[in-house]
Amino acid sequence: MGRTVIPIGPYHPLQEEPEFFTLTVEGETVVDIDVRIGYNHRGIEKLSESKTFENSTFVVERICGICSTSHPFAYTRAVEDIFPMEVPVRAKYIRTIIAEAERIHSHLLWLGLAGHFLGYNTVYMWAWKLREEILDVMEILSGNRNNYAMFKPGGVRRDIKKEDIPVCLKKIDSILPTLDMLKKAVLDDPVLHARLKGVGVLTYQEAIEFSALGPTSRASGVARDVRKDSPYGAYREMEWEMIVTGNGDVFDKAVIRILEMFESVKILKYCLNRLPEGEIDANIEDVPPGEGIGHIEAPRGETFHFVKSDGTNRPLRHKVRAPTFMNLPTYKATVKGETISDATIILAAIDPCYCCTERLAVKDTKGKMLYDGTDLVRLSREKTERLKRRMGIR
Amino acid sequence: MMFLLYFLVFGLVVTIVMGLVTSWIDRKVTARVQYRVGPPFLQPLIDIVKLLGKETVIPAGAAREMFLFAPLLGFAGVVSASTVLWANQLHAAGFMGDLIVAVYLLTIPSLSIILGGFASGNPLASLGASREMKLVVAYELPFILAILVPVIWAGSFGLGDIIESQKSFMTAGHISGMIALAVAILCIQAKLAMVPFDIPEAETEIVEGPLVEYSGPALGIFKLTRSMLLFTLPFFLLVLFFGGLRFSGPGFFRTLLEYVGIVAILTVIRNTNPRVRIDQAVRFFWGPVTILAVIAVVLALNGI
Repeated sequence: MGRTVIPIGPYHPLQEEPEFFTLTVEGETVVDIDVRIGYNHRGIEKLSESKTFENSTFVVERICGICSTSHPFAYTRAVEDIFPMEVPVRAKYIRTIIAEAERIHSHLLWLGLAGHFLGYNTVYMWAWKLREEILDVMEILSGNRNNYAMFKPGGVRRDIKKEDIPVCLKKIDSILPTLDMLKKAVLDDPVLHARLKGVGVLTYQEAIEFSALGPTSRASGVARDVRKDSPYGAYREMEWEMIVTGNGDVFDKAVIRILEMFESVKILKYCLNRLPEGEIDANIEDVPPGEGIGHIEAPRGETFHFVKSDGTNRPLRHKVRAPTFMNLPTYKATVKGETISDATIILAAIDPCYCCTERLAVKDTKGKMLYDGTDLVRLSREKTERLKRRMGIR
Repeated sequence: MMFLLYFLVFGLVVTIVMGLVTSWIDRKVTARVQYRVGPPFLQPLIDIVKLLGKETVIPAGAAREMFLFAPLLGFAGVVSASTVLWANQLHAAGFMGDLIVAVYLLTIPSLSIILGGFASGNPLASLGASREMKLVVAYELPFILAILVPVIWAGSFGLGDIIESQKSFMTAGHISGMIALAVAILCIQAKLAMVPFDIPEAETEIVEGPLVEYSGPALGIFKLTRSMLLFTLPFFLLVLFFGGLRFSGPGFFRTLLEYVGIVAILTVIRNTNPRVRIDQAVRFFWGPVTILAVIAVVLALNGI
């Protein structure tokens, strides 16, 4: 049978960001997939090196609009890792509250989009309607519906007012009945079962080999969650369950996300009810020379930041790794052998976030690699040195 | 002369008006189900008029004549089908076996989409066209079996006879009629390319499939054809299973109720289901749906 190339992208109604998939198909069956990203590169890491430690928080917040708390969270933890210091307990609780509320809104957003990709627009609209309540909670807590600007190295920037807590609890409780209904609508729908079960399977072994993260790995039976494995924030304090299933198909990835929302509600209510009194900021003065890493469980998996300081008020090197970077290659295992109809939902099932993952490389027109990421960083440093020498700074 | 009147007034104008009104109902109900406000009443008309005023871009790789001919073919098909139905409805001006003609004419819009898709020379469009082809093959068999039930009850292939025979008791009142009606509604869901059977057009998979290269008036005519089908197919079911339209007294309200009921069922199915895969759709139509249709035919032959 003849092979055809079906392009998905660079601009396609399937995804909200520019990226380019080339599906090689025989009839309706996908035999190979190639992913090209890089349409959205913004040079965040380099940008961050030109900002102060405090200002970089706002830069990394803008890496992703959906998980806009996961990056500042990981970044501040990386900075706090450089030297021995302790974040106040109240700040830890507030950070946990923001991170969990964000997880609910991110999972709802994914659920809605997944429904849309399947032509199930009712789920799409309902999930996004429900998400509004969570955004309202965010607005009450942080003053912003997105890009909350709550984090700073050493603590949080804004306290939670006592009178806001009952309002937030009420709003969170109000989403539970609809969330329950959505859960039933997805888990008990025979058509969805027929459509999603056994589709795009990522086996346990493959999940390990690809180092899949977050819900993608937990759906394959790999019990991996930073909140449990290396607890941070207030996650040590309360009882909550890590959701793990074993089939690795798209259905399980949806199940994981839906059930995780209920766990997040649990955590959120615990933190809001038992918010300890005290300071919210450790008031860091200077960051001494050294290196630090910070990793947290974002809605999509582990977000990892590395910060190197040379004793000035700016990071010398800042490295970001978003979870999609690890989850993206799993397409090679999941998409091959499936039909085009299923390919789109499999692509969406890892909840990809391409602008978090953007990397840059320079190739010539024949595809030969000229410079990779390391080379570009080196070139950039050499240029800075040259400029400094020329201008007599040293 | 009489036929021309039916063709222009009922086949064309009334069908367009009713089709646009029905598609407004469909969109408004969908919007309300989804917590949205929904479009204003004239929006379906505005959409079509806007498209008619735009430029038609013909892709370089397309078969030019076929590409432009396809939407007109579909439009002609639905207008003719509607004319045949209206002629029987209003004046019993049918002819021997006009039911078979109506069934054929109602298939033409699907064929025109296949034709247009292959003519546009786009991989996504030909993928959509081949899916449409599989879908037509899937739903035509149970659809024709379901249509046989009213034929058996009336003992004739004439639409006029079918309407006449239901004066006292409509086909949908029999058990076999009910089963056949359910089968037919599922089939017209697929004919209208509504979720869960919008597989050929699947926006998020193959970007509207056969229509991907269409723009301007050509696209407008395709969309208009789709709206007119949204009226003609429920109308067809009313004729076959409910004894046609009634215009006087309480009969009018009954007709209105039946019509809105069928449209509401289509809209509800479309809003409570995800899209299925093409192989699942074929298996669904050839398996359970065809078995149901055969049962209905057997029951009808035994007078149940």
